[in-house]
Amino acid sequence: MKIDFEHKQSAHCENGVVSNLMKFNGHKISEPMVFGIGSGLLFCYIPFIKINYAPLITYRAMAGFIFNRFAKRVGVKIKREKFKDPKKAKERLDENLQKNNPVGLQVGVYNLVYFPDEYRFHFNAHNLVVYGKEEDTYLISDPVMQHVTTLTSKQLEKVRYAKGPFAPNGHMYYPISFPETLHLEKAIRKGIKHTCREMLAPVPIVGARGIKTVAKLIRKWPKKHGAKKANHYLGQIVRMQEEIGTGGGGFRYIYAAFLQEASGVLKNEALAVLSKEMTEIGDQWRDFALNASRIYKNRSVQEDAYNKVADELEAIGNREATFFGKLKRAI
Amino acid sequence: MKKKEIPQDESFFTEEHGKELYYAVDEEGNYTTGLSSGWEAKTIALNNALEAIEERIADAKKRVLENKTSPIEYYMEVCKMEPPVLASYVGMWLWRVKRHFKPAVFKKLSQKTLEKYATAFDITVEQLKNVAP
Repeated sequence: MKIDFEHKQSAHCENGVVSNLMKFNGHKISEPMVFGIGSGLLFCYIPFIKINYAPLITYRAMAGFIFNRFAKRVGVKIKREKFKDPKKAKERLDENLQKNNPVGLQVGVYNLVYFPDEYRFHFNAHNLVVYGKEEDTYLISDPVMQHVTTLTSKQLEKVRYAKGPFAPNGHMYYPISFPETLHLEKAIRKGIKHTCREMLAPVPIVGARGIKTVAKLIRKWPKKHGAKKANHYLGQIVRMQEEIGTGGGGFRYIYAAFLQEASGVLKNEALAVLSKEMTEIGDQWRDFALNASRIYKNRSVQEDAYNKVADELEAIGNREATFFGKLKRAI
Repeated sequence: MKKKEIPQDESFFTEEHGKELYYAVDEEGNYTTGLSSGWEAKTIALNNALEAIEERIADAKKRVLENKTSPIEYYMEVCKMEPPVLASYVGMWLWRVKRHFKPAVFKKLSQKTLEKYATAFDITVEQLKNVAP
């Protein structure tokens, strides 16, 4: 069977799943709106967790948080289920499809066959929608892909039961109840306030301060770790910032799109101005990524080059610190 | 970023994979989306990470052939895993997995344990035991 589900490509998987499931249930809401209300934007540097042998840097809230906050703020109820037994997980999935209910699934990327091999890492917080089943093949709407795709039941079981950090354990979710009308105004204000609070947090590894901390560290990396490791660390920052799903510039463009849309909803001209500034900040992130990538492409160890990208990053940190102060006052 | 500035460089995303979505502004300054085939800076970063993995694989292979580590470490690198991920896949404590990296310990592993590793790496036990130079 095939559910009449519209696949709309999005930048980020989680926002995309939410936005598409909402639309299926008759509530049109854009991806940036989900991201903004769910307070998706963040910067966090976690030196004691290593991913791929480099410190973890993230530009967004943890998987699951965006949807949960969004749902709470607009009054949508979500049902979440995890299963120890893969058989049970399959049964429940089939049941939902029978009832004409497309569901979101959390999956691991490593065995996702329709991804380019080069992108397949052990990353377990990817999201997709299953919208039908034909014989032994599931119909898949993966929001980051341009087109819909399919997975056999064996392939699907493999990605639902990927192991390692954040293992999905067959995690399946779908909205079950909606308010009569969505009241976005209050939800938007709450979402923005939350983001401002996090970005201005008085903690050296979070938000604008976190960005400045990383800038400081970059200056020390070549001496402390040697060229190879320093380049690897720098490469990791760029990868996290520009990975599929960010919409470019470490989610800053999606956030700018959200501010623009929010300015219309709240009839607040200041937000439109701030949206423009956020776009410029996104451009600065892109320049930083480009210059950083040139360093490890040339395999140069000039400390000058490291200092230069560190300067850029520091400028971004300072700018975001003032930006979120302004945003807080505008709301 | 302006919509017309969305990068269209070469990447690992080929025709069959489709393109990636970006958010960008149009001529009037309104936000819209556009597709990108790839961006140089991003591909360089990814290539850098892949090269690092290749180096780790080659190094592990060398050490297997020198009898300094067991094939488990080699196949772990081939599968882009880190020890905690592997431990999670085989359902064993991390210290046990690390112990199995010792060639002497590896030689004494039971068929059942070897099968667990082989399944995690998606290979046969025969392949697991023999790393071709």
